[in-house]
Amino acid sequence: MSATKAPVKKHNGPRESLFSRSGAMLVMAICTFYFLIPIWWLFVAATKDRGDFTSSAPLWFADFNLVENIVNLANYRDGLFFQWMLNSILYAGAGAAVATLFATMMGYALAKYSFRGRETLFNVVLGGVLVPATALALPLFLVFSQVGATNTFWSVFLPSIVSPFGVYLARIYATSSVPDELVEAARIDGSGEVRTFFTVATRLMTPAMVTIFLFQFVTIWNNFFLPLIMLRDEKLFPVTLGLYIWNSQVNQIPEIRAYVIIGALLSIIPLIIAFLSLQRFWRSGLGTGALK
Amino acid sequence: MANRIARAGGALVLVSALALSACSTGAGTDGGTDAADACTPSDGPVTLSFTTWLPGMEDAAAIWNEQNPDIQVEVQTGPNGLGGTYNNFFNQIEAGNAPDLGQIEYDALPNFRVQDGVVNIASCEGVMDAQDEFIDWTWSQVTFGEEDSVYAIPQDTGPEALFYRADLFEAAGIDIPTTWDEYAEAAAQIREEGGYITNFSQSDINAFAGLVWQADGQWFENDGEAWDVTLDSPESLKVADYWQGLLDDDLVATLPAWTDEWNNGYNSGDVWSWVSAVWGANSITSGAPDTAGNWAVAPMPQWNEGDSAAGNWGGSSTAVLKGSEHPYEAAQFALWLNTDPEALASMNATANIYPATKTGGDLPAFSEGLDFFGGQNIYDVFAAAGAEVNPDFTWGPTMTQVYTDVADGFSGAISGSGTLTDALTIGQQKTIDAMKAAAIAVNE
Repeated sequence: MSATKAPVKKHNGPRESLFSRSGAMLVMAICTFYFLIPIWWLFVAATKDRGDFTSSAPLWFADFNLVENIVNLANYRDGLFFQWMLNSILYAGAGAAVATLFATMMGYALAKYSFRGRETLFNVVLGGVLVPATALALPLFLVFSQVGATNTFWSVFLPSIVSPFGVYLARIYATSSVPDELVEAARIDGSGEVRTFFTVATRLMTPAMVTIFLFQFVTIWNNFFLPLIMLRDEKLFPVTLGLYIWNSQVNQIPEIRAYVIIGALLSIIPLIIAFLSLQRFWRSGLGTGALK
Repeated sequence: MANRIARAGGALVLVSALALSACSTGAGTDGGTDAADACTPSDGPVTLSFTTWLPGMEDAAAIWNEQNPDIQVEVQTGPNGLGGTYNNFFNQIEAGNAPDLGQIEYDALPNFRVQDGVVNIASCEGVMDAQDEFIDWTWSQVTFGEEDSVYAIPQDTGPEALFYRADLFEAAGIDIPTTWDEYAEAAAQIREEGGYITNFSQSDINAFAGLVWQADGQWFENDGEAWDVTLDSPESLKVADYWQGLLDDDLVATLPAWTDEWNNGYNSGDVWSWVSAVWGANSITSGAPDTAGNWAVAPMPQWNEGDSAAGNWGGSSTAVLKGSEHPYEAAQFALWLNTDPEALASMNATANIYPATKTGGDLPAFSEGLDFFGGQNIYDVFAAAGAEVNPDFTWGPTMTQVYTDVADGFSGAISGSGTLTDALTIGQQKTIDAMKAAAIAVNE
């Protein structure tokens, strides 16, 4: 039961009827179609020049100008958009990495050490899951104002490195996947607690860590309200905020619409890459967490 | 992605509403300082921060920075005002780290005034003398008619006129309407041709306000002690009745504004005209590229034959925000930015702004005919309109709420429940309630 990379087990139970199976497939096909249509629209729209954008069919190609549009975007305001992409990758990538480390350490500690106030501490952290990030943005702004750190990289980065849900997931996972005997054996062999964590526990907890990383990466990538409140220097903006600001200028500067659309398309690429490359960990990680 | 932006926008509106009400109750009632704040130069070099959502403001600031080594201006940006920048301003003012200068639209300025968020710069050198440089109505927007008070420097305006498809009107043998009665008649004729004379936007309440403005109507008045709310003034209801009539007879389209559908309405020739502001030229040029060369601009239709009244839609000012340590320098920059021909030309080039100065229409950019409009120099029409805008129109201190509530009523009217008149009457009551809730003195 404690296999870290359990192969997907073949289901040998009684098979469902053809009717219910095709019914399920139909529902799923409709859902997939429904969710993919906006992305398809975005892709098609990103390949059009301005004239075709309004006049041609929205869900099919006119002249294919994707490359031209990307070049235009790269030239607009000296490639500001790609600065935003880099910022987002930095906020989300580094933020999620640090958040994963912290969450895993705490989850492991809560699972493997018994100390006074352990459950209280855990419940307080769990309470953090219930507080939406949006509600914390304004208090955070006032706190950062006190120390004069608004409109800096840190004002967006620091609040991103905590993940209460990650702590929860890490604790559950550590309880089931890191046997007490193994930790005990490491101690007997003379390994310190920190070394045990990094050499033994993290190996066993990799699926959970990948899951936490992905969750947090997506959360930070999509976090829009905190940067909106904190940042005023456009060189620090993440891509979501930058595109939102451009989008709000469309009424007055209509050319920007094309940049918003092509930018929106490009901005989902890192998320797709992250998902595809870490997908198998994501699945096994989530499944294990859910079963326990 | 678009979906995500929309959702974020939704969350934003919600939080904005909370933040707004929190700020309003905290900041207390109408009033603030009566006398102009003292305004003296700072010692030594200063750096000013300036938050604006106009793209390319860095270019104008670079010209200033070159000429004024001791007063450097750093440009910061954000979404448009209602999209988040106003809330940011209020939060920053509360936290004591607001930028020295901020872009504020005319319809939001009373809110900042009521919440004591802007500095009275009347005593800063050169500010009072600049009055004559600006179009009269813009100056009353930034002074609120108070003595010795200037709360911002006007930046740009949106005088309104009638964009119309010259080719279609001519082919159908319809004269260009000069009165609203003629406009309604033309609407019926165009409907028989299979088109719509225009589109009625359910969401652009400030555009509707522009129509009321043209009709000599008022939505708000402030006698120095309390506000009067007159969303249901006779002029306002007259305009609402007029458009309700066109809606009832299916003579105007009701496409959601600023969408592809809406662009396509104009691009395909289904919709023949648009009463809009000077910046509407950009919207129509980019939204309806296939119709290039076929458009023209005429003055707005009038309520009384022979009049030349015009409305206004949009426009911003540059304000010195509360907490600035260098109001003198900030005021100097704001004056320069909004009067210097080089600065105005720069802002026009990067952000399409139409200046608020009397001579702003003389910029080289406005002296040529445009191919999209068949070679017509449309800016002549808008310059004439700008001079005819009623200087007494006043915005209220809770315009965000007014826009939301009236837009709710308008979209109801368009889908057949209630009328535009109902929307204004209900909006009137909701506005009074909202102002009371924010502890703003209001007459009933």
